[in-house]
Amino acid sequence: MSAVSSSNGSTKDNLTKSGFSRRSWLRGAGIGTGVVGTGVLEQEAEAQQAKVMSGEVEISLDINGRKRPVKVEPRTTLLDALRNRLDLTGAKRVCDRATCGACTVIVGGKVVYGCTMLAVDAAGKSIQTIEGIAPEGQLHPVSQAFVNNDAQQCGYCTPGFVMAAKGFLDKNQNPTEAQVDKAMAGNICRCGTYVGVRKAVLEAAKRGGSNA
Amino acid sequence: MLEYKWPPMNKRKVMGTRLSRLDGAAKSSGRAKYPSDLNPPGLLHAVLLVSPHAHAKIRSIDTAPAKSMPGVAAVRTFVQAGAEIQWANAEIAIVAANTEEQARDAVRAIKIDYEVLPHVVREENLAKAGTRAKAAGEVIVGDPDKALQDAEVVLQGEYGIPVITHCCLEPHGQTIEWKGETINFWPSTQAVSTVANQLATIINVPAASINVTCDYMGGGFGSKFPPDSWGAESAKLSKDAGGRPVKLFLDRATELTIAGVRPSHFLKVKVGAKKDGSITAWQSDSWSSGGFGGGGMAPLPYVYANIPNRRLNHAAVSLNAGPQRAWRAPNHPQASYLTTAAMTDLAAKLGLDPYDVFHKNANLTLREAVYKSQLEKAAKMIDWKAKYHAPGEGKGTVRSGVGIGVATWGGAGHASKCKVTLHPDGSVEVEIGSQDIGTGTRTCITMVAAETLGLPMSAIRVKIGKNAYPASGPSGGSTTIGGVSTSTRKAAVNALNKLFEKVAPSLGVPADDLEALDSRIQVKGNPNKALSWRQAAQKMGPSPIEEMGENVPAQAPREGLNTLGVAGVQMAEVEVDTETGIVKMRKLVAVQDCGLVVNPKTAESQVFGACIMSICAALFEERVMDAVTGKVLNPDMEFYKLAGLPDIGQIEVQMDITPEHDARGIIGLGEPCAIGGIGAIANAVHNAIGVRLPVIPATPDKVLNAIGNRRYA
Repeated sequence: MSAVSSSNGSTKDNLTKSGFSRRSWLRGAGIGTGVVGTGVLEQEAEAQQAKVMSGEVEISLDINGRKRPVKVEPRTTLLDALRNRLDLTGAKRVCDRATCGACTVIVGGKVVYGCTMLAVDAAGKSIQTIEGIAPEGQLHPVSQAFVNNDAQQCGYCTPGFVMAAKGFLDKNQNPTEAQVDKAMAGNICRCGTYVGVRKAVLEAAKRGGSNA
Repeated sequence: MLEYKWPPMNKRKVMGTRLSRLDGAAKSSGRAKYPSDLNPPGLLHAVLLVSPHAHAKIRSIDTAPAKSMPGVAAVRTFVQAGAEIQWANAEIAIVAANTEEQARDAVRAIKIDYEVLPHVVREENLAKAGTRAKAAGEVIVGDPDKALQDAEVVLQGEYGIPVITHCCLEPHGQTIEWKGETINFWPSTQAVSTVANQLATIINVPAASINVTCDYMGGGFGSKFPPDSWGAESAKLSKDAGGRPVKLFLDRATELTIAGVRPSHFLKVKVGAKKDGSITAWQSDSWSSGGFGGGGMAPLPYVYANIPNRRLNHAAVSLNAGPQRAWRAPNHPQASYLTTAAMTDLAAKLGLDPYDVFHKNANLTLREAVYKSQLEKAAKMIDWKAKYHAPGEGKGTVRSGVGIGVATWGGAGHASKCKVTLHPDGSVEVEIGSQDIGTGTRTCITMVAAETLGLPMSAIRVKIGKNAYPASGPSGGSTTIGGVSTSTRKAAVNALNKLFEKVAPSLGVPADDLEALDSRIQVKGNPNKALSWRQAAQKMGPSPIEEMGENVPAQAPREGLNTLGVAGVQMAEVEVDTETGIVKMRKLVAVQDCGLVVNPKTAESQVFGACIMSICAALFEERVMDAVTGKVLNPDMEFYKLAGLPDIGQIEVQMDITPEHDARGIIGLGEPCAIGGIGAIANAVHNAIGVRLPVIPATPDKVLNAIGNRRYA
């Protein structure tokens, strides 16, 4: 086993600084001497042949306005941290490769795929998930528009679509249909709810965008 | 004898209205908990080890290194030394650990020694299939030889449609715990009432010890009926780990390789006809593969089934590739595409408009008048007469074209039992061991109960998604809506009749003079002689009224609540950039025959969704096998492409919601609308560029190859 220490003091110091890089964090975390300076893929390749790297550190994620302590590994994606470690399961794991958008969250005001950002890279940034866009018992106007227009069937892709739509409408109050099509192109639905999605996003825009 | 038949169309207050689905808010807020979202205390995460080889014998398996890895709670194997693996990504072993990362590490530590064997993974060239092709026998009707000899025109065509995958967004899997004598099982399933019995048989426990719960599920399309090997092994992992719950959902690559595919279908065909377009003969040799078990013949010739002279031969090709599962309207989309492509090409050979050929030959279908009327409606919707041109005719680099597809399906209700409980406080429970796979089942059951009991939707509490409720069939074959609506109707009528008996003395009339309307029990036609629902409920005393209702498929035709048999016509308009080969959808129109429609809003969503699935299959979807490695080359969502919102163009749906259709009773809708679109789009591409793609989907490479072959042939 190569050593990944979660009790390394310098790790915590690093985490409190904004803008640290994954690589410097990996070094700070004391990842095995045999793999210093290499990326995660190389480490995994090496792990397959020689030794397996595994270990957790505690970081703090700023999720929906709350600081949430969470133990993650260097390789843990933001999505897996949310779903497996924080029980925030609105974001779904579908393609796990930045294609389908089911894991869409908003980080630092930007719409991102949670499956393709490491949890450690999200530390220090403001993370908004579908659980945080409306108070308990209430429905966000974009979610409501999805209900009104039956823009969901099995519903597994829906939270990702809602977050992508919200992120888009936050910056585009009065979009055309063509702009909506383009903005939603990063999300995939297998049941085929796009006709409803198109209407829902346009309706949400008409009703005052995502902040109605 | 109680009267169960549906209230007249113009008297209905809830059924037939465009209600938003009841679980829409839970889904669009992310609060709905799918089986893959469950994180019960003590949860172990499981990861599969799968075969890297398409065909191999296992010499040895050593799981010991995995067992000693950090966080690992249990390890099991699916196969033993000596077992033969028949496709890549077949299940070998499974590890449960405290974290998913730890389970992944442990899986990599398992040592397997494989003896790699030769594989066959491609079937498009039958001549190369050798002993892997098994003839399925010959069907002869009439005298095809003579009919082809006498035919004024004979079209010869070759067509193919590849294997596609279900690509459910929630992968196959489950959360499960085996604690003592109880197994709590949360599968992502289309079959809450049957999956426990199957699991019980595999793991040898009494079915009564298994509690199934599936409140939501993220897509199945026919692939999520069984408990699956990984469900059974996850249960055993939980037992091995002292009853800690275990969660296993396939990763995307595994989902796309072993969790179900739709079989391919290839066809060499001769179609004989008169100069006026009347079809007289069909002779086809077809083959298909849905993996190691081969593939059955699609229902050919499709819809135009009564061509008087026919000879059909089929071969099933066994491949070292993941197994087929039912795929929304099994074998119909393939049959529809192959048949309508041949008919369209026949029209081209005759110099006729394919619309006229489809219309003229409607006498060869089982429902001539319906298909003719649907063809006429669809042609109007897409403006066929203005848009159709001779194949390939046009100017400029971007060419447009139109095409036709057809469909047929049964859709009678499955066996279903329902329990309706009327409580003395006025509350109402409806319990059915069914599931909502995204079709709106939960909403429709509630609508039927509300309609029958004269109550608002909010007064009804519908409970589905558990095997603890009365058994109802799996959601497959468009059988759910007819089944659950009928059982709910009958249970609600039975319960209401019991309530009438309790209330009748207070209103001074016989029970059968009462009706339930607008949250009251009243003397028929007299709102002044009434009790509120709450007052009426109090008359039942302390015990609730509990009544069952059942849909028995053999009785259903007599009762008339649900029936079967629908037709459908779809027409597409595409544009093809002849320089890039990119095909764009302009428009897809669907004219969909139906019966009584419980909720037009969710029903239309089914048709829109099916149209979009057809666009996916016609333009994008193809499982690509690598002949050298035997692996799937595109087991991801980047290269296994599905349509996105910018790809769908405009879609128009016309449902035949009329008193005449309504009188037939409920007919399932999920499959029939998912059949005709592929042919419509492929035929539109042919119309645009004047040349037939030998195999779809109409991806740019195939389009450019086809155009190139035409130019330089």
